[in-house]
Amino acid sequence: MATKPVKLLGFWDSPYVNRVQFALNLKSIDHEFIEENILSKSELLLRSNPVQKKIPVLIHGDEPICESLNIVQYIDEVWTDGPSILPSHPRDRAMSRFWAAYIDEKWLPLLWEVYEAKEEDSRTTLLEKVREGLVLLEAAFVKCSKGKAFFGGDSIGYLDIALGGCLGWLKGIEKLASVKLLDETKTPALLGWAETFCSNEAAKNVVPEPEKLNKCLKEFQAQAAAATK
Amino acid sequence: MEETGGVKLLGFWVSPFAQRVKWALKLKGVQYEYIEEDIYNKSPLLSKLNPVYGMVPVLVHNGKPISESIIILEYIDEVWKQAPLLPQDPYERAQARFWAKFAEEKVRQSVWEAMCSSGEEKQKAVKSAVEAFEEFEKELKRRGTKFFGGETIGFVDIVAGCISYQLAVHEEVGSIKILDSSRFPAISEWIKNFLNHPLINEGLPQKDQMFAYFSKRSKEIASRKMSHKTA
Repeated sequence: MATKPVKLLGFWDSPYVNRVQFALNLKSIDHEFIEENILSKSELLLRSNPVQKKIPVLIHGDEPICESLNIVQYIDEVWTDGPSILPSHPRDRAMSRFWAAYIDEKWLPLLWEVYEAKEEDSRTTLLEKVREGLVLLEAAFVKCSKGKAFFGGDSIGYLDIALGGCLGWLKGIEKLASVKLLDETKTPALLGWAETFCSNEAAKNVVPEPEKLNKCLKEFQAQAAAATK
Repeated sequence: MEETGGVKLLGFWVSPFAQRVKWALKLKGVQYEYIEEDIYNKSPLLSKLNPVYGMVPVLVHNGKPISESIIILEYIDEVWKQAPLLPQDPYERAQARFWAKFAEEKVRQSVWEAMCSSGEEKQKAVKSAVEAFEEFEKELKRRGTKFFGGETIGFVDIVAGCISYQLAVHEEVGSIKILDSSRFPAISEWIKNFLNHPLINEGLPQKDQMFAYFSKRSKEIASRKMSHKTA
């Protein structure tokens, strides 16, 4: 089953796509990356994810799997000889899933809202909420890592991947708004974690460079605005 | 890996999220102590066990809390292996997780929004709900089985199951019509089969009590929205 071809439909600036890339790299899975233009979706994307029409989509053989965290779990369950992504104890797995869901439902959407914010006031309020979320995640990191380098312990795990995918946008915002979101006083452990994560083999050629990302997102926003006129 | 430590469930009588957990525990024959929480007057216990959200359900197993209904379902399935909720095959599991998320975010959520909103917002929400139902109907038809999980109740059935006993009440409270049995025959049949299971039907909240509760909630949400608009 693990020898069928693997394709990943996505775009390099997406946190959701980055997550899948980390997982594929961690497990050393050969794959073809098919770049999608989300303002002009390909037939393949529409056929593979007819319900949501979103990236990322992993196509394994001819079977499509959608939703980044679903894909990461799928990869973990199929490629069992690489390092494990989810922890082995059900309670630790529940904890990882809880915080990943928190990131997706409450925190990551704030980052996109910062990019979309038209006024300084709304941006300031959003940045404050981002920081509050990071303080919660700092506590979660301290608890999950138990003094080790990653949420997953000695090696990158599910929650590292879930939050690691957000580092591109987080650093992009720090550059764009000239602010520090991860800082030495409020989130020292996460600051250290981010550096370790970004220099890891699985992540280093995946996390987008802030200036390149911001330029790309600005162009995307302009194109999206023009498309709706 | 079966653990025989104590199981407690903190819930609220009308919460569809807590109901999911009750169904899972019952289907697996797991004994548990149920603790009714007043979510409008939260106990120190609830705040301690779920400090991030302060919401039900919370499952406490061997003294450790787990929150968020769908995450609790996966935990239950991993600890108690009998009557599995998720399929064994990784691709089928990924499909089940996808459709469970869809059932929660697109199906249940859009019905709730349609019930609580008015005017143009309500029309938009009803349209979203109908579209979500169409996707769900298509998938149920494609599978052609009694339940989403096959011939027995599974993960997606439990997550989507709240519509089986609450949708009609939401429709009445919100003066909306979403489930037309001629338009959605597969969903209508699925609801019938689901509610026919004795463990599913047992102990569900009474219709008139749900109607009173959701009417009140709906009015509170509407007046909150109005005060935000005029503030």
